[in-house]
Amino acid sequence: MTRRSPLDAPPWIKLSLIALVVTYIAIVVLLPLGAVFTEAFAAGFSSWMAAVTEPDAQAAIKLTLLVAAIAVPLNTVFGIIASWAIAKHDFSGKALLISLIDLPFSVSPVVSGLVYVLLFGAGGWLGPWLEEHDIQIIFALPGLVLATMFVTFPFVARELIPVMQSQGRDEEEAALSLGATGWQTFRKVTLPNIRWGLLYGVLLTNARAMGEFGAVSVVSGHIRGETNTMPLHIELLYNDYNLSAAFAVASLLAGLALVTLVLKTILEWRHGDGLVARGH
Amino acid sequence: MATGSSRGGIETMTITVDAVSKDFDGHSALKGLSLDIPDGTFVALLGPSGSGKTTLLRIIAGLAYADSGHILFDGDDVTAVPVQQRNIGFVFQNYALFRHMSVAENIAFGLDVMKRRQRPSKADRTARVEELLDLVRLDGLGARYPTQLSGGQRQRVALARALARKPRFLLLDEPFGALDAKVRNELRGALRTIHDQLGLTSIFVTHDREEAFGLADRIAILNNGRIEQYGAPDDISAAPASDFVREFLQ
Repeated sequence: MTRRSPLDAPPWIKLSLIALVVTYIAIVVLLPLGAVFTEAFAAGFSSWMAAVTEPDAQAAIKLTLLVAAIAVPLNTVFGIIASWAIAKHDFSGKALLISLIDLPFSVSPVVSGLVYVLLFGAGGWLGPWLEEHDIQIIFALPGLVLATMFVTFPFVARELIPVMQSQGRDEEEAALSLGATGWQTFRKVTLPNIRWGLLYGVLLTNARAMGEFGAVSVVSGHIRGETNTMPLHIELLYNDYNLSAAFAVASLLAGLALVTLVLKTILEWRHGDGLVARGH
Repeated sequence: MATGSSRGGIETMTITVDAVSKDFDGHSALKGLSLDIPDGTFVALLGPSGSGKTTLLRIIAGLAYADSGHILFDGDDVTAVPVQQRNIGFVFQNYALFRHMSVAENIAFGLDVMKRRQRPSKADRTARVEELLDLVRLDGLGARYPTQLSGGQRQRVALARALARKPRFLLLDEPFGALDAKVRNELRGALRTIHDQLGLTSIFVTHDREEAFGLADRIAILNNGRIEQYGAPDDISAAPASDFVREFLQ
């Protein structure tokens, strides 16, 4: 007989707790997700195909991918710079900078969208100037990208700061003492050490960038075929009582999220140590 | 840079520490400390924790900067010269090996990052790595990764890596601190042998007086950011310069 660890609860409590968690996840997470796919294909595969290939849906899919393709790389670069500055250097105001990075987590996305309207909208602070120079930010691609960047900014930095802090500065100092320049040190020592954590942060950023609704909704203007991303397109279809089409596009979005989840799980499984503290 | 022979041709120089002070958050780590290190000597910086010995080593290396005072290498003021250009070899307390690189890649790092014009050819670099692996008696382990090595072996890799560019000086921060007694004794002997072979001016930091007295040509005993006594081990034992030294040696 194997002895229980002192921290383990008695078997019956353990089993009931596990059952409770599984039931909860089934009701709150799996049931809705299952419903999405069931509803999406309820009217048959051909109507699903028609819903995701009609021009407005296609435009929404392309716009979502385009916004993610711009926002994710930018936030990856900024996230690396921010976490490098914070984890590898000492300066006053560091705690404040960390709080600022967390800001998008605590501010409602709708508020951040409104801020951009206030800044760049027709009646906003920079509105007249932008109009004069024929620059369109709100109700156009730049606004969608900005709103998405705001919401997804923390993910890469939040993932990398603990990884970099746990690795310390020793290896960087060693590289410098061996004659490496700052850039060589970053490229050959810092970056390889954080690669799995970085990939993880990028995946999270991408998942959120494609799924973001609130902030994007405020700055989009909901022009069909032009400024509608997938989540916004789904809402429009739903408001039009076009439920089967709404679920069809939703299933596509959920599918993208599931792919991200699978990649994330593989990363955690194969390189869990590189995500938390140590390499190899 | 010639890579043919590591035994000859290394020019050793004198290190002068001139009235160096350093504060950390209002607490002074070094208080106008001066020290002269002659060619080819093996010097120990010995003292209790908080005495400023590691800070002094890092300032000599260029990994930290002094608030005031100067560092001279063979008469040249290097106070403002960055660590990359000081051409020193530094062995870190916890080795600081590059965890994603093999032993051979770790040792070759200093050669690989050299400017294209100065960088030895690929063949010369490989030969130099082999030569260093031989010097620290790790032949055949070049393809291993740091996590596959014992503590003593990691220390040897760190030493080989620090020697790859034929540095002017070798600086070691608590080089045996993390090792068990048996490995420590073995490595001490190895380090002394390598020092004598290369004739390289070397400074190591330690809090272990037995280690300092067993290994060094000269010992600087530090206390509270100042040097209490600096001299040959026998002279210090024979005539402790202060009550602190007398007590510390007991």
